Amino acid sequence: MIKIEKLHKSYPIGKEFIHVLKGIDLHIKEGEFVSIMGSSGSGKSTLLNIVGLLDVHDEGKYYLNGQLIKDLNEKKAAILRNKFLGFVFQSFNLISYKTALENVALPLYYKGVSRKERNEIAMDYLDKVGLKDWANHLPNELSGGQKQRVAIARALVTKPKVVLADEPTGALDSTTTDSVMDLLKDINNEGMTVFVITHEEEVAAQTKRIVRLKDGVIVSDELTKAPKTV
Amino acid sequence: MRFIFEKDTWQEIYDSIRKNKGRTAITIFGAFWGILLLVGLLGAAKGIENSFNNLFGDFATNSVFISGSRTTMPFKGFQEGKQIDLTIRDVEIIKKEIKGVQFVVPRNATGGQVTYGFKTGNFTVFGDFPLLDQVQKKRLTDGRFINQKDIDEKRKVCVISEGVYKELFKKNEDAIGTNLKISGISYQVVGVYKTSRFEGTNNIHIPFSTFKLVYNKGDKFIWMVVTGKKDFDIVQVEADVKLLLKNIHNVHPEDNRAFRGFNLGKEIAKVTGFLTGMQFLTWFVGIATLIAGVFAIGNILLITVKERTKEIGIRRALGATPNKVRQQIILESLFLTLLAGSLGIIAGGLILMFIDYKEWLTNPTVNIPIILIAYAILVILGTLIGFIPAYMATIVKPIDALREE
Repeated sequence: MIKIEKLHKSYPIGKEFIHVLKGIDLHIKEGEFVSIMGSSGSGKSTLLNIVGLLDVHDEGKYYLNGQLIKDLNEKKAAILRNKFLGFVFQSFNLISYKTALENVALPLYYKGVSRKERNEIAMDYLDKVGLKDWANHLPNELSGGQKQRVAIARALVTKPKVVLADEPTGALDSTTTDSVMDLLKDINNEGMTVFVITHEEEVAAQTKRIVRLKDGVIVSDELTKAPKTV
Repeated sequence: MRFIFEKDTWQEIYDSIRKNKGRTAITIFGAFWGILLLVGLLGAAKGIENSFNNLFGDFATNSVFISGSRTTMPFKGFQEGKQIDLTIRDVEIIKKEIKGVQFVVPRNATGGQVTYGFKTGNFTVFGDFPLLDQVQKKRLTDGRFINQKDIDEKRKVCVISEGVYKELFKKNEDAIGTNLKISGISYQVVGVYKTSRFEGTNNIHIPFSTFKLVYNKGDKFIWMVVTGKKDFDIVQVEADVKLLLKNIHNVHPEDNRAFRGFNLGKEIAKVTGFLTGMQFLTWFVGIATLIAGVFAIGNILLITVKERTKEIGIRRALGATPNKVRQQIILESLFLTLLAGSLGIIAGGLILMFIDYKEWLTNPTVNIPIILIAYAILVILGTLIGFIPAYMATIVKPIDALREE
């Protein structure tokens, strides 16, 4: 699903270049539940941004769903994001003046789905994350855990190939963290490839494969013995 | 361009505007105010013009009123202070000698106590020729004005203004054929007319010849209305008439106070100039405000784009192409200008209706084509100005936009 070969990325800071990713090789197959661990500055966010087509790499090769990602313009990137990827962010990134339902339906709007149809689909997904009764509430009327569940519903609504979660539990307490992780596990159990970035051991431990990143290189890549059920 | 006709596109824009009412209000205020001012000012200017025209009613505007006074300089053995009285002979000479004169209408006037039944009032009584109707059109609501037969037969008839009618007669009472007593003499009412504001309201007109007989005026009269022919300068006509009169009445040529003159043509030209200036100012202020309003829309959209960087980043992460983002912002700008323009026109119209209702001005109106042109300009400029924030919204990379907190 995701195949990365000798990926390099550096950022200009003033006149200096900071080499963030120093040759990453990673292969994630369909249906995997992978977490990227690392302290801040290890390059994990950069990796996710490149995988998420929000940023471009300098060197190396990146295949998404078998397609070589190269020389993407903004338009193509946007279409690919819409088609293949679902995002879950640490800070939820819901649009504040749209209701939960409208937020979930937004990716479908950009996909060109009719209003009636996309509201029906969005409602199904809200139901799936247990927030059907909150469909017409604005984000500021929801708790942190609920917001993140709305965000997950939004990430799933286009039936993407991969869900990319950037510190999905970073802003949540331990109880809601567990409920969000359970949700991600459920999604994975249904066959979705899930790609999580985190710095929390407990979160990573609930995934099926942990990739540890340090100073721009992968230091370990191992399967966990995470039980199928909690 | 198909997206313009898609309901979804507009729904999305409508949502984003409806749910940010405060921002929307601030954004459109400038353009709303601009078009409101344009409509309001143009309407008011038209209203002032109408009021002004109404003031003079159907008066021949190229006319001058001339009356005799006392001399201030001795001349040909006459001492200063000699009273000058205009006579019918003067009228004949003026008509014969002066080029550019169209009508010369002599008039007499005096105050008189008028009685009808048990009602009494003090009104101004004029001795007039039928010709007066040519230079100061009388809008008759009933009957007729004085005619030549009245003059020839020195008939005791009178034409009264609406003000007199209201004071002496009951509502809907037929005045024609009734008899009024003016200073003890009976006159039959033959006409009632509506006055313009300039004329005063309490007027009674009797035949010039009857006036002459009753008040023992001889050939003398108080003043005359002289109108100029088309293409003749009324100021020049006034000067020519006065010079001729000085010659006839043995007045020093430089004695400027022996004859009084009120040049209506000159006064009207002054006001017309003022009105033209005001209209120009109206256009200038209106259009400048309109343009300022459009820039305000662009400016505030630019600010909101910065404020909405994050939202735009989210939309792009979710699959909005740069074109979609630009489209949305340009269409928001278009929609806002449409909204501002419509509200401005409606509000301006309401203000003009209110002015009209209160009768502060006469028929304050604006031409529909002018409004449509202003509206079109506003919308076109609003759309064009939307390109700037639209561009700004897409030069930020989605990753940077998302990072914004």
